[in-house]
Amino acid sequence: MDFTLKIWRQKNAEAKGSFQTYPLREVSPEMSLLEMLDYLNTQLIESGKEPVAFEQDCREGICGSCGLYVNGRPHGPARNTTTCELHMREFTDGETIVIEPWRAKAFPLIKDLVVDRSSFELIMLAGGFISINTGGAAEANSLPVSKINSDRSFAAATCIGCGACVAACKNSSAMLFAAAKIAQYALIPQGRTEARERVENMVRQMDDEGFGFCSNTYGCEFDCPKGISIDFIALMNREFFSAKVCGHKKTSD
Amino acid sequence: MKKPRKSLSSLSQKYIMALAAIFLMLFLIMHLATNLLMLLGDEGEAFDRAVVYLGGNGFIKIVEYLLFAAFLIHISLGVVLQIINTRARPVKYLKAIRTETSLFSRFMFHTGVIIFIFLVLHLVNFFFVRMNWVPLPEHALHSHDFYAMAIVLFQNPWYSGIYLVSFVFLGFHLKHGFQSAFQSLGLNHSKYTPAIKLIGTIYAIAISVGFALIPIYFLFFYS
Ligand code: HEM
Ligand code: FES
Repeated sequence: MDFTLKIWRQKNAEAKGSFQTYPLREVSPEMSLLEMLDYLNTQLIESGKEPVAFEQDCREGICGSCGLYVNGRPHGPARNTTTCELHMREFTDGETIVIEPWRAKAFPLIKDLVVDRSSFELIMLAGGFISINTGGAAEANSLPVSKINSDRSFAAATCIGCGACVAACKNSSAMLFAAAKIAQYALIPQGRTEARERVENMVRQMDDEGFGFCSNTYGCEFDCPKGISIDFIALMNREFFSAKVCGHKKTSD
Repeated sequence: MKKPRKSLSSLSQKYIMALAAIFLMLFLIMHLATNLLMLLGDEGEAFDRAVVYLGGNGFIKIVEYLLFAAFLIHISLGVVLQIINTRARPVKYLKAIRTETSLFSRFMFHTGVIIFIFLVLHLVNFFFVRMNWVPLPEHALHSHDFYAMAIVLFQNPWYSGIYLVSFVFLGFHLKHGFQSAFQSLGLNHSKYTPAIKLIGTIYAIAISVGFALIPIYFLFFYS
């Protein structure tokens, strides 16, 4: 297959970026989009040019590092697929493929297609964990979890933190990410102890990072490679409301 | 520990916005029910009695203040949200977003602004007259004679046209807004969300068609 690639190139955070056009011939339909970029980079290196920087790690859809904005959609045209698992056969021969980085104030650009997603890390640090300070693992059966809640918690936990929800949202909102991370703990007994502080702290951190608000367009759900449901956003909203209304006043500490 | 923030969180703002919107949506039902009395063909007698009754009712007076507050809150938060949401993406995409979303959900601010412009016009014509801030049309019986005013205003095709177009956009705003308000309040469940969406669609159509009947009646069927 032959393609015309239009790729965002930017030396570093301060430099002015622009789109560069690269014709690429004889691309195998079995290549993933990242392999196609490897193929392009080999040619760029051979001709003494700077290769295109993009982030990747596992190349099997679990690490969440590879997000690219391809032809107007995060992770490209296929649903429930990460960029690393997107095959070139999803495109038509001769097509122009536009590849852009995630665009959001909270995801500042580092180089070319690589953005800094530390803001997600900071949201996690604000409460995306369960405090277990000591001791061995408790006997599993001592904490009964209903099947439905365990399934839903697991479904929320499949979020790989790639940032596609932010990229897809007209408001660059991180609600789907935050909601999934809040829900995975809210639905199981281990997470209930800290549930109220967790939702308040994570939401506050999310706001501080400069993400937009939720307009309920549900674009995040549509383009989430893991199919995370917007039901979790409603769950987060409920958790937040209950924390505000029933939670204790913060003591100064 | 971080210090507690002074500004309201994103979720609190959306909660308040949705609550104000629900109040506005209930008001629209009430307003439509009263207005439809104009279509009874009794020269506005039943309508006029309803207006005089409501105008003299203390409870309705309080609700009227709440209504102003609800509009003020909903509109100012709408503007604040729009600013925050636009700022959250300083560099735009070259390729417009192709992610599938409902059309109306993307244009809530724009349909809201149209409703706002309409609202100003509407208030100038009806409410300001009642407050004696704007002079009455000559043949009106008293300052509550909205029926007489409706005849004058809606027999002007331009004026009726503006109203009809505004009602279409109000319908768009409500089609997405109705179910969105429930989602914002965290009321989403596989059991009842499909019903909410259906009721929202019916509500949006009923409100815009219902209000549209009035200018259409005076423009084409009243003589
Ligand atoms: C009769 C008048 C109105 C009614 C019944 C109404 C109703 C609603 C409802 C139910 C929502 C959904 C709330 C949510 O997402 O939680 C909404 C959202 C919205 N409304 Fe209104 N609205 C009205 C007038 C206006 C006006 C005059 C504006 C002017 C700017 C406006 C701006 C907005 C905006 C920007 C949103 C979207 C909020 C978001 O993106 O999250 N609305 N409205
Ligand atoms: S590289 Fe790990 S998810 Fe794509």
